[in-house]
Amino acid sequence: MKMDIEKVARLARIQLTEEEKRTFGSQLEQILTYMEQLNRLDTTGVEPTSHAIPVVNVFRVDEVRPSTPREKILKASPDQEDGHFKVPRIIE
Amino acid sequence: MTLYELTIHQLHDLLVKREVTAREATEALYRRIGEVDGKVRAYLRLTEEEAFRQAEETDRKILRGEEIGDLEGIPIGIKDILCTEGLETTCGSKILRGYIPFYDATVIKKLKERGAIFLGKLNMDEFAMGSSTENSGFQITRNPWNLTCIPGGSSGGSAAAVAADECIAALGTDTGGSIRQPASCCGVVGLKPTYGRVSRYGLIAFASSLDQIGPITKDVEDCALLLGGISGHDPFDSTSVNTEVPDYKQYLVNDIKGVRIGIPKEYFVEGMDPEVERATQAAIDLLGKGGAKVRSISLPHTPYAVAIYYIICTAEASSNLARYDGVKYGFRSNRYEDLLEMYGRTRAEGFGKEVKRRIILGTYVLSAGYYEAYYRKASQVRTLMKSDFDKAFDEVDVIVTPTAPTPAFHIGEKVEDPLQMYLSDILTIPVNLAGIPALSLPCGFNREGLPIGLQIMGRHFDEGMLLRVAYTFEQNTDFHLKKPALL
Repeated sequence: MKMDIEKVARLARIQLTEEEKRTFGSQLEQILTYMEQLNRLDTTGVEPTSHAIPVVNVFRVDEVRPSTPREKILKASPDQEDGHFKVPRIIE
Repeated sequence: MTLYELTIHQLHDLLVKREVTAREATEALYRRIGEVDGKVRAYLRLTEEEAFRQAEETDRKILRGEEIGDLEGIPIGIKDILCTEGLETTCGSKILRGYIPFYDATVIKKLKERGAIFLGKLNMDEFAMGSSTENSGFQITRNPWNLTCIPGGSSGGSAAAVAADECIAALGTDTGGSIRQPASCCGVVGLKPTYGRVSRYGLIAFASSLDQIGPITKDVEDCALLLGGISGHDPFDSTSVNTEVPDYKQYLVNDIKGVRIGIPKEYFVEGMDPEVERATQAAIDLLGKGGAKVRSISLPHTPYAVAIYYIICTAEASSNLARYDGVKYGFRSNRYEDLLEMYGRTRAEGFGKEVKRRIILGTYVLSAGYYEAYYRKASQVRTLMKSDFDKAFDEVDVIVTPTAPTPAFHIGEKVEDPLQMYLSDILTIPVNLAGIPALSLPCGFNREGLPIGLQIMGRHFDEGMLLRVAYTFEQNTDFHLKKPALL
């Protein structure tokens, strides 16, 4: 088994059912085996590509301007209170 | 001719001559949707009120004697991955049910400024992850040519709606083939522009280094018109490139004399459907007879494309989809005791199987101890694949291949076998990894009457050459004129 699926699911913050752990586990095993064909290639000294087109940082003028109104953003949230996103207690 | 069957340029001519009003065209489209969408199921939701408001605005403008642009008063459909202000946008996912964006994607804004009419939002694979539209969190879209077959994916709703005459044209998005493969399956024209040609602002992100928005249309001329309407630099997307947008209409010429066409031998893969291979060969012969110089080329890293792609796209997806945490938008599970359980259950209940599978895979290939072996390795092989294309384009102007190894497959055929589903993208993926543009257009039908697509790839920002070759092909064939018998 290449992947500790419980650990990865925990990192990804997804609660999987036992059935999902089994089927994903064997499907991902097969996919990872397929991906191992990349190891046939010698890539010593090859620069990795993260963007197909050269990307440079883009700066804008640092000027004060209105940002999106808070209410508009909060409207899309499933729970909010007093102008904040509402979430379960984080610090005990 | 029935109004809903018109192309963008045909409808534009009738609007200008005042033979048809935008309102009449819009009514005809909604009637058509009412007649056939129960079978095709391309639309997730319709926007009649806003559509008729825009139609009447166009009609008033024409009555006043004002000139109208190419896209003004043209009823189109929008893939539900693009944010539309005040209108629910779900990206095909239950986790975004009820999400109403407070802004328009840049492409939507541009099309609104040009007076296009939006008929509604189109179905797709959840978060654009899939090749069949079966991964939609809401409904299965069917191929208008055969209702037991998939329309392709992930822009399956867009391609099916265009093929079924449920819109004049549509927008799709393409991360690994999601415009071209459904266009091929549904017998319509689809173009993935160069990475950076079209702003991704307001496109719900799947794999940011690969995603691109593009047109799905009934013919090549429409493709040029819609591409022109959405292209250009945008300060809101730092990866959009600041180069001039040409008038793409100038490339609509029936002439390919001297154009150098490369045929990569690696694309004629084992398991390719013999009818697809025959149709592609016939298309290549026709281009050769038209005066193009056809030669064989090699893109040696092609066999690695699927492996590279499913490492890179899942890695980027696992990061992009971290934002769906039940806090900022859409759905939150109501079964939790604490914060971690809220995240875990929200994502368990909100995401479908394929999205979970890809997030898990992406999380794994980026995790400590595996990053070098998977993500870094894939990014290095991506460099090799990209240089294959650079070398090839020193010698040829375009590369021609089939768009997909088979015509549309049956609904349910590959859902239990994700690797087989991934392999159906093998001919479209390399284009996204290299960031180059590519177009798919109809080049034949198999014995069962299912469409076959021809893929034309070009250099960065050379969409014009793709349009020229495709237009020439279209002018000398009539595959694009065939319609599915839906009723």
